[in-house]
Amino acid sequence: MAYSAEKLFEEKVFKDPVHRYVHVRDRAIWDLIGTKEFQRLRRIKQLGTTFLTFHGAEHSRFNHSLGVYEIVRRIIDDVFAGRPEWDDNDRLLTLCAALLHDLGHGPFSHSFEKVFDFDHEDFTRKIILGETEVNEILLKVGPDFPAKVAEVIAKTSEKKLVISLISSQIDADRMDYLQRDAYFTGVSYGHFDMERILRVMRPREDQVVIKKSGMHAVEDYIMSRYQMYWQVYFHPVSRSAEVILTKILHRAKQLFEENYAFKYEPLHFTSIFHGRVTLEDYLKLDESVILYYFQIWQEEEDAILRDLCRRFVNRNLFKFAEFDPAKEYKKLAELNSLFKKAGIDPEYYLVVDSSSDLPYDFYRPGEEEERLPIHLLMKNGDLRELSRESEIVDAISGKRRTDHKLYYPADFIWDDSTKKNLKRQIRALLEIE
Amino acid sequence: MLNDHAKLMQAIMVSGEITGRKKLQKMIYIAKKIAFPFQERFQFHFYGPYSEELTTRVEELCNMGFLDEVKEKKGGYFQYRYTLTDSGKEFLSLNEVEMPFLQDCLTDMNGQNARFLELVSTVLYFDNLSKADVANKVFTLKSSQRYTEAEIDEAYRYIETLKVKIQ
Repeated sequence: MAYSAEKLFEEKVFKDPVHRYVHVRDRAIWDLIGTKEFQRLRRIKQLGTTFLTFHGAEHSRFNHSLGVYEIVRRIIDDVFAGRPEWDDNDRLLTLCAALLHDLGHGPFSHSFEKVFDFDHEDFTRKIILGETEVNEILLKVGPDFPAKVAEVIAKTSEKKLVISLISSQIDADRMDYLQRDAYFTGVSYGHFDMERILRVMRPREDQVVIKKSGMHAVEDYIMSRYQMYWQVYFHPVSRSAEVILTKILHRAKQLFEENYAFKYEPLHFTSIFHGRVTLEDYLKLDESVILYYFQIWQEEEDAILRDLCRRFVNRNLFKFAEFDPAKEYKKLAELNSLFKKAGIDPEYYLVVDSSSDLPYDFYRPGEEEERLPIHLLMKNGDLRELSRESEIVDAISGKRRTDHKLYYPADFIWDDSTKKNLKRQIRALLEIE
Repeated sequence: MLNDHAKLMQAIMVSGEITGRKKLQKMIYIAKKIAFPFQERFQFHFYGPYSEELTTRVEELCNMGFLDEVKEKKGGYFQYRYTLTDSGKEFLSLNEVEMPFLQDCLTDMNGQNARFLELVSTVLYFDNLSKADVANKVFTLKSSQRYTEAEIDEAYRYIETLKVKIQ
């Protein structure tokens, strides 16, 4: 029997708090889960620094990846199977892409990507196509199968329907992370009737569409997403931790470039600092490694690196003030100058952070937009863009909400033992006096 | 301090004016790929490499009053024209951005049409593939644009021209 068709003698199940069970019957999927590259995802938290705000948010990218796989499996096996628009030859390709879509994520991806100009999608491609256990398994399916999986994840495949199951405005990725993140953070947002949405999904040539009768379930999903972004993902305390984390990486990189003598050589970072990280080096990184360095850097001679690491490890985070760049950019320049005079390096201790989200956007033919909208399948077989039918969605379509905050170390600013007058001026400008 | 916003403002300032969201996206992507330190991450979308972060940043800059966005009807659809406002120029004067050769490259790109820049950015996106494979990608993923072999050759030549400018 061909490896691609090979089934396990008995179905394997993972107990899952969101989907109750994750079912695995395909030999290839089971083998992929067992690879060291996939197991590495257990050591990378799904929500990065959010655990410092919501203590339950310790779940990993491993949990999420299995969840996305399970949702896609249910769509294919329970809803799409047998429908003429669905080609069952794409089944394993779709399941593998769903399972592996986050494979290239590193520890605290967002900060790492910013500081070192990484792209986790690039690493996903390298893991799938490189000399890895994952590649070995995918090659058993066919010589061009790894490339096909990589193309679906990178959205460069011609199989638009398969891509839309994993990456679109209503995809398995979002449906899993909204529910999973809600469950682990303990918030009451993020819940919607996924079973209903799955039942009304229909395959079309280039995307998944939703039967009109499922419109209200989709409205609920979009509102859940909106709430989760503002209540969880953009929580200012988690952002503060991320600001500090990013600054630690910046500082360590800068010190390395200045030939600073670290007390403990940062071996895991060397190739990253040099800008020539190999796949092998990258795969060695996980959150335990990074947190180990943060732990030992608390004893470094460099006062900034030492202080930032202490803040992160002990959760002594920066405070924040609302900031309107349009009206306050001159104030920012003034603060920058006062910080310098007070001996507090603004490069590390005065940070503007912006959060922005667009709950749903539409695209109508002819416009220069890039987002594929959600289409409703009407009773007569026509397709209608969601916001044309739903007043709720229409009200929030295309409306971006942005929030800017200014982060600073309150303890430094309130320490009047030195530069008292300058710090008083800083506090006055920050309106915390 | 809002450095990424400042880099984008600098790009628009040195270009004078950029017409079309697609064109803006492709210009920044091409500039990033050839050398310039733009931070926005790009993924492959309908029209080639596209950055959600860039779209967000442009909208933020418009909301802040640093960028002026004019919506114009063009045939059956709308097109957007971007210029830097006076307060945007003032902000930039307080937050200097050093990107030598940027003006030369962006001015050149601004003189090209969006369709050609879409092709150039697609060629750059697949720069890990051989030229024949890139052509296959272009013909498969961008069949509606009906690019020709000659245009693909021209895109490769154009990339080399830009690279010379930054040497």
